[in-house]
Amino acid sequence: MAAAPPLRLRWRFVQPDRIDVSDDRAQARTPHAADALIEVRGLRTVLGGKVIFDGLELDIPRGRITAVMGPSGTGKTTLLRHITGQLRPDAGSIRIDGADVTALPRHALFALREKIGYLFQNSALLTDFSVFENVAFPLRQHLDLPEELVRNLVLTKLQAVGLRGAAELMPSELSGGMARRVALARAIVRDPTLILYDEPFVGLDPIALNQVLKLIRTLNDTLGITSILVAHEFAAVARVADLVYLIAGGKVVARGTPAELTRGDSAWTRQFFGGEADGPVPFQYPARDYAADLGFPAGAASSTPHTEPRP
Amino acid sequence: MSAVRPKPPSMIGDALAQVGACGLFLLQILAAVPRSLRHIRETVRQVWFTGAMSLVIIMTCGLFVGMVLGLQLYYVLSIFGGTAALGTVVSLSMYRELGPVVTALLFAGRAGTSITAEIGLMRATDQIAAMEMMAVDPIAYVAAPRFLAGVIAMPLLACVFNALGIFGAHLVGVSWLGLDNGTFWSNMTSSVDVWKDVVNGVWKSVAFGAVVALIAVFQGYTTAPTSEGVAYATTRTVVFSSIVVLALDFVMTAFLM
Repeated sequence: MAAAPPLRLRWRFVQPDRIDVSDDRAQARTPHAADALIEVRGLRTVLGGKVIFDGLELDIPRGRITAVMGPSGTGKTTLLRHITGQLRPDAGSIRIDGADVTALPRHALFALREKIGYLFQNSALLTDFSVFENVAFPLRQHLDLPEELVRNLVLTKLQAVGLRGAAELMPSELSGGMARRVALARAIVRDPTLILYDEPFVGLDPIALNQVLKLIRTLNDTLGITSILVAHEFAAVARVADLVYLIAGGKVVARGTPAELTRGDSAWTRQFFGGEADGPVPFQYPARDYAADLGFPAGAASSTPHTEPRP
Repeated sequence: MSAVRPKPPSMIGDALAQVGACGLFLLQILAAVPRSLRHIRETVRQVWFTGAMSLVIIMTCGLFVGMVLGLQLYYVLSIFGGTAALGTVVSLSMYRELGPVVTALLFAGRAGTSITAEIGLMRATDQIAAMEMMAVDPIAYVAAPRFLAGVIAMPLLACVFNALGIFGAHLVGVSWLGLDNGTFWSNMTSSVDVWKDVVNGVWKSVAFGAVVALIAVFQGYTTAPTSEGVAYATTRTVVFSSIVVLALDFVMTAFLM
């Protein structure tokens, strides 16, 4: 088996920044010229006979927060699984700092993952362990640190997500939002170089949402961490993301800063950010004729609600 | 005539594929055993969970199996005037067959199902994927400790089962039906061979422990990540474990006799 190319993930320290990113700052941050930490080329994935990606191409700039958005079922989580090597594509390549993830052997993949933090959509906390032990788990598994240092690191991260007081609770005693924040603390406990957030804002109340946004921005600014954010909440995404990719139909259909996408006049951006049912992305899952399903003659009913006034 | 060879029925094909996958999984576990020694506390926890927590059912069943065996054998032996051989027959039955086999069946029902359900739920709630994402090998952290726990706990449980079984037979034969205490013990100790009977029984229980633990871990690890998938997996653990234990018992008995 060929040896994996050396990984060159590195730290980058930049000045702290405010969480509120104005349009001007966002323009300044536009990473068109920035070097890419992750390069996705010609990605093709077919799952269960359905084409998820069909020649997807995108770059994730180093040290920036990149949001990946798109309609449900368009493959955003699948993309994260490809990037972390959990799922191999049918074709194409994913390079992280030059190393092709699709070709890495298991031990090299594990070495790469030690530098990656991953926030799962459903938190994925270890149910046998307390909150403290969940956050301490990566430290205990990979580092031989004194217990006092482990305790300080864990409590620091729990303080950052506002759950230091919940350290002794079990995952079954947490609400969905609290579990997500614990999972976030676990994802960042080893100060990774790359963090992937899969739906980090689901279930968070406005206070927690604001703090999590602030944390994501601070991590990015102070440690230069590259972040990939999969989310549907554009208002929240717009507050932290430097770059947004809109994926639909297996391809990137729009790319730019949040401000650029908001102003965008393509059918994709109009429909997705305007929340319209009609557009290039069908609201209805492919189905048989609506009228026939209801027992009427085929073609007698529209598949979308009838909104015109009756005569 | 068509040159295309007919495909085997899917049930046979699926079964062979499962056996093959289980064999490969065993190799993965064995390869991960040295790495799993880093998680020795997890292995000890699993021995406690699968072994110590199974003691109540093993002791209770062992006692009653021994009592029933004592009662039935006393009746049969009394026809031939050979009730003095009760201790011998009971102990040989327990050490050679009933101890390892019944313990394995009980172990599959009590510990095997819980191992499958636990790992299946870990799979369904992305805990296994989370470990992989934290660069922790789930085979070394989850599968290998449970497999080792099965191998360690089964012979110990079988010994407890045997002891309680013989105690139950003694209770019925000596305390209840009036058989002489000295006759019961002396006939037993004079006819039971440590290596041929006791140790062979222990070897059997080690093999059964490995088989049941492997099936339980494999079913949990490969289950569909749904409630229905976990339910089917736990059922398959009991069914497959029972069949394989009984079949393996025949093979081992044939070789060990």
